[in-house]
Amino acid sequence: MSVLIYIDQADGHIKKASYEVLSYGAKIAEQLGTTAEGVVLGKVQDDLAGLGKYGVKKIHQVTNDNLAHLDGQVYAKVIAQVAEKTGAKVIVFSNNVDGKAIAPRLSAKLKAGLVTGAMALPDTSNGFSVKKTVFSGKAFANVAINSDVKIIALNPNAFQVTEGAGTAEVVAFDAAVDAPKVKVTATNKVTGEVPLSEAEVVVSGGRGMKGPENWGMLEELAHLLGAALACSRPVADAHWRPHHEHVGQTGLAIAPNLYIAVGISGAIQHLAGVNRSKVIVVINKDPEAPFFKAADYGIVGDAFEVLPKIIDAVKKLK
Amino acid sequence: MKILVCVSKTPDTTAKIAFSDNNTKFAQDGVQWIINPYDEWYALVRALELKEKDSSITLHLVTVGGADAEPIIRKALALGGDEAIRVNADNHDSFYIASQIAEVAKQGAYDLVFTGKETIDYNGSSIGGLVAELLDLPYVALATKFDLNGTTATITREIEGGEEINEVQLPLVVSCQKGMAEARIPNMRGIMAARTKPLKVVEPVAVDNLTSVVGFELPPAKSGVKLIPADQAEELVRLLHDEAKAI
Repeated sequence: MSVLIYIDQADGHIKKASYEVLSYGAKIAEQLGTTAEGVVLGKVQDDLAGLGKYGVKKIHQVTNDNLAHLDGQVYAKVIAQVAEKTGAKVIVFSNNVDGKAIAPRLSAKLKAGLVTGAMALPDTSNGFSVKKTVFSGKAFANVAINSDVKIIALNPNAFQVTEGAGTAEVVAFDAAVDAPKVKVTATNKVTGEVPLSEAEVVVSGGRGMKGPENWGMLEELAHLLGAALACSRPVADAHWRPHHEHVGQTGLAIAPNLYIAVGISGAIQHLAGVNRSKVIVVINKDPEAPFFKAADYGIVGDAFEVLPKIIDAVKKLK
Repeated sequence: MKILVCVSKTPDTTAKIAFSDNNTKFAQDGVQWIINPYDEWYALVRALELKEKDSSITLHLVTVGGADAEPIIRKALALGGDEAIRVNADNHDSFYIASQIAEVAKQGAYDLVFTGKETIDYNGSSIGGLVAELLDLPYVALATKFDLNGTTATITREIEGGEEINEVQLPLVVSCQKGMAEARIPNMRGIMAARTKPLKVVEPVAVDNLTSVVGFELPPAKSGVKLIPADQAEELVRLLHDEAKAI
């Protein structure tokens, strides 16, 4: 019996979301009185043994040319082999893009109940239930998993990374790996930009910015804060900004430490995507903007006058 | 060529979220129901666009729900599609629902199954992956673009900080999100035509639920906003640094 944690990597580097699931899975193992083990697919440049500091005792690594790119069908089959061999009772993923592609497949394969969007450690006092976000962050549900093997996909930025001492034993796992059916023909990464889903700080603009030509100030602020850029739906729909920056109920749901909304009124659909942010700052010239009700800090004022002052103050801080 | 689009009934995006029966049920009083936006705006509309380019494509819709889901599926048919199938089952978990869809997909021998990336109520984002595994088909999640050339699909999917272009042979399951297509409004002719389109009701296959909702809770309310005068905007930076420790 063990808790098995899927360690997500891209281009040989461990993703930040993996540290969260490692910390989370190790805590579950502690709760259940068992050990936490990890599984990683593909070659990794980062130090795998060092991941032991997050509480994982053993890491199973499967290297095979067929694993060079994500094909959920191939990946799920490999992870299933590791899960069976290690007698995993709980399997943990990040609820990120790869987790969403793999975890449901593994759930169907193992007939293991799946809860995605988990927010907290499972409650094991009476059965096994997991708190997850529902209604796009407007509420939580406690969901009981009734199967023998349980799969949890943890929301990014929902669980505090905890570091201790320890080294993980890294072992090569010999698995049958199918040839992928999904062929990757190109990867377009915006270099130098912080991925929105992983960002600690997000600077977001709405219609109040008046036009795409005015994004320079937001870009400068984001750069100074090491933040990712986001936008509201009308801004993405008007093609002022690319679709992947759209946050809200029908865009991306995010939960950064700090969300700075400039010129966004805060429609309920927008709030649904950002209300799990730890600190929300709203800058809007309309004092009646509903967003102020959901904010921690607010400035009623013209973005074009307020932003330069903030940018100056941040520069002085650095 | 046959396409199956999965549609789900969800509360309107502006619906008040409240719970009844000791927080075990979603309070449905006064709630407007809509087609899950991801299913409608992206999965269904992209499938319609494919059908408009190639009239030999047969487009079917499937929903798993009670009779109260029928107005929603008629609305979806008003946008387009040849016929709809409703699996007569309500209040089940994702695995149960996916098993029903997989059964319909198997019976109909579809080449392509589209789902929305998630529903806006349960936010499971798992139906596509579950269906794909049950059918042993490839699956591309979170697609932002989809094109078809014969039996080869070219798909753009979201990855952290960018996108990836995939090439996959049909049959295939895809979950769709923003970028796939633009939302449409049904026209009068579509609404009239939808009334007479076939809507088959089939009984569910026997499947166990693997999960069950124990209860709901609302997030704690914010304690209130701290307003900073616009002419002292630099004070915000100090508060974020010293008080909130967020920068």
